[in-house]
Amino acid sequence: MAFKLSEEQQELQRGFRDFVAGRFPLERAAEIADGKPDHALWGEVAQMGVFSLRLPESAGGLGLSYVDAALVFEELGRALVPGPTVWTHLATGLIDGAATGETVVTGLDLTTNLHTPYVLENLDAARAVLLLKDDGVFRLDPGSIEAMPVEIPLDPLTPVHHAATLPTGEKIGDAQTASSLSLLGSLLSSAMLLGIAQAASEMAIAYAKERVQFDRPIGSFQAIKHMLADTFVRQELARAAVYSAAGTLDHPEVGDAATAVAEAKLVAGESAMRCCRTSVQVHGGMGYTWEVPVHYFLKRTWVLETTFGTVDEHADRIAATFGG
Amino acid sequence: MYDAGWAGISWPKAFGGREASLVEQLIYYEEYARAKAPYVGVNFVGLLHGGPTLIVEGTDAQKEKHIPHILRGDQVWCQGFSEPSAGSDLASLRTRAERDGDHYVVNGQKIWTSFAQVADYCELLVRTDPDAPKHRGISWLIMPMDLPGIDVRPLPTLHGEGEFSEVFLDNVRIPVENLVGAENDGWRVTNVTLRFERGTAFAGEMYDLKRWLSEIAAEAQKVTSYGARAWDDAGLRREIGHLQADIDALWNLLKLSIGQADESGVPGVGASAVKLFFTELKQRIGDVAMRVLGRAVLGRSDMAGMPVQYFSYEALQSLSMTIAAGSSQIQRKIIGERILGLPKDK
Ligand SMILES: Cc1cc2nc3c(=O)[nH]c(=O)nc-3n(C[C@H](O)[C@H](O)[C@H](O)COP(=O)(O)OP(=O)(O)OC[C@H]3O[C@@H](n4cnc5c(N)ncnc54)[C@H](O)[C@@H]3O)c2cc1C
Repeated sequence: MAFKLSEEQQELQRGFRDFVAGRFPLERAAEIADGKPDHALWGEVAQMGVFSLRLPESAGGLGLSYVDAALVFEELGRALVPGPTVWTHLATGLIDGAATGETVVTGLDLTTNLHTPYVLENLDAARAVLLLKDDGVFRLDPGSIEAMPVEIPLDPLTPVHHAATLPTGEKIGDAQTASSLSLLGSLLSSAMLLGIAQAASEMAIAYAKERVQFDRPIGSFQAIKHMLADTFVRQELARAAVYSAAGTLDHPEVGDAATAVAEAKLVAGESAMRCCRTSVQVHGGMGYTWEVPVHYFLKRTWVLETTFGTVDEHADRIAATFGG
Repeated sequence: MYDAGWAGISWPKAFGGREASLVEQLIYYEEYARAKAPYVGVNFVGLLHGGPTLIVEGTDAQKEKHIPHILRGDQVWCQGFSEPSAGSDLASLRTRAERDGDHYVVNGQKIWTSFAQVADYCELLVRTDPDAPKHRGISWLIMPMDLPGIDVRPLPTLHGEGEFSEVFLDNVRIPVENLVGAENDGWRVTNVTLRFERGTAFAGEMYDLKRWLSEIAAEAQKVTSYGARAWDDAGLRREIGHLQADIDALWNLLKLSIGQADESGVPGVGASAVKLFFTELKQRIGDVAMRVLGRAVLGRSDMAGMPVQYFSYEALQSLSMTIAAGSSQIQRKIIGERILGLPKDK
């Protein structure tokens, strides 16, 4: 399969990057973390077509592909746009109002190897909860879940609740739908991890050029160059894995989409973790402060890494393709 | 602790210590950690490198004034070494001290100063001769933190709370008698402090890795994913096995390197090997801890009986350890150049 983004795709990517960079610069993320919510943001993200972009034009969508969706979610990841964007996107076509963002939807993928307690993201904002299970898709009313808010979430931009049990809810999709939504959730999360990997690396590269120790920019030290070169390679591997998994979903005849997505989630997860850690290290003592935003990327990486299957679970799935 | 002579066990008897050798000190750490005694916490600086530096370099009057109090825990110290533009390149520090009669008048800024908010005294590095080559014009001063002109502003860490601060110094008058070592000989004294900091100061924390790993293993035997225990994952178990072997090897390496340093009483450059491996090992343990927590990592507070707060705090804190007290890159450079004798890079 040829591996080049079309003119339109490059334009979509640029357009979206400009939109989020303008509308949601990192300073806004920091303000939200300080307790100043940005109520208008969700509506504007919806207006950009984030939730409806794959719906056919006849249904009010943009008729775009999986690759296009991956490009858009990469930018959402890069800019740390708060959730639950992936779940609301998944709910499009299943839950009224999701496509326009009017119904905020969160969820849990129980087809992956989830630990209890059940940890739900953005529950307070949500009007519906999707459960993906081996036997189908279920819709829950957020009010029906006996969930406890977690006082201090790891990611300051991702409030969480935990629950020991979940109600059964109403079945709104079959097993096949559940598994394809899990796949799509994995793909979009991988795309966000790719965006994070790149954002964290770019911050480190910029800092390495600017920070002077021993009368030279620290980027001139071979140790720093090697670390940044390694993260660059990881980040580009993640890009290749994510775009090709999306391409495989668009063209199922070219390969096994489930494996391609599992590989993308694994590679992007490891890449983001590595890039964020390196970025903290390159920033030295500043990297350990709240003020320098690298930690937001690291913390969001943990959020995404534990949704739609962890690195280990995807490795198990990939290994299973060898039979034995 | 102090009354029984245990607080600073390697310290001279005259100052309330037990004159234990560094190796005996490690045995003590083993027992101390095994008994789950409290971590030294805010007394880290005074007990583990400030005090030891005074014992080696201080005047009798300085020792008398500080050592018994540091031991008793009623004198908290902080370390005012780093500055905004002098981190790894510590010797480029600019905080200026000018002599005015029997005082130094100090102006400048320190940063990342742990425990500055609560400290009574500060190990302060200042530039006393701006014209000398950068390593030659530095002095090591004892700064009482209640002097006029000191402004401590907490600097939140990525945990969201203050552990360290920025310290602004505006015409702070420090008595000349607070000079440790000779004027302009502070770089040599600094190296004594740093060698304690990199060598023995972490011993207690190193020993704590054992406890952490065993709690991680215990938790893995409890948490379930789809009915199976996390512990049933052979990959995870094997990794925990590797980590345990590395923890034990590290502890033995520490004993070995300290045994060699015991004659001089100051840990040697081998401390760099220990510090490098320890801090990176702690990060690997942190990764496993986070894996065992599963989605519970998304909270910072305990949930469903899981020790989320403990595990996630330590995992995040481990990120700072490869940066503070000489970054991993700097330790590798020291090992390459001073232990292996490789040529210095230009
Ligand atoms: C939790 C914490 C507590 C601290 N507590 C104290 C304290 O109490 N008192 C105090 O004085 N200081 C304290 N510090 C500061 C600490 O000593 C410095 O952060 C450290 O020396 C690194 O300096 P820097 O932050 O300026 O990073 P920089 O020196 O700017 O380093 C940035 C990056 O460049 C790399 N680098 C720098 N020079 C080289 C080189 N020559 N070759 C290769 N790579 C290089 C570093 O490894 C790092 O990755 C603390 C720091 C932390 C994180």
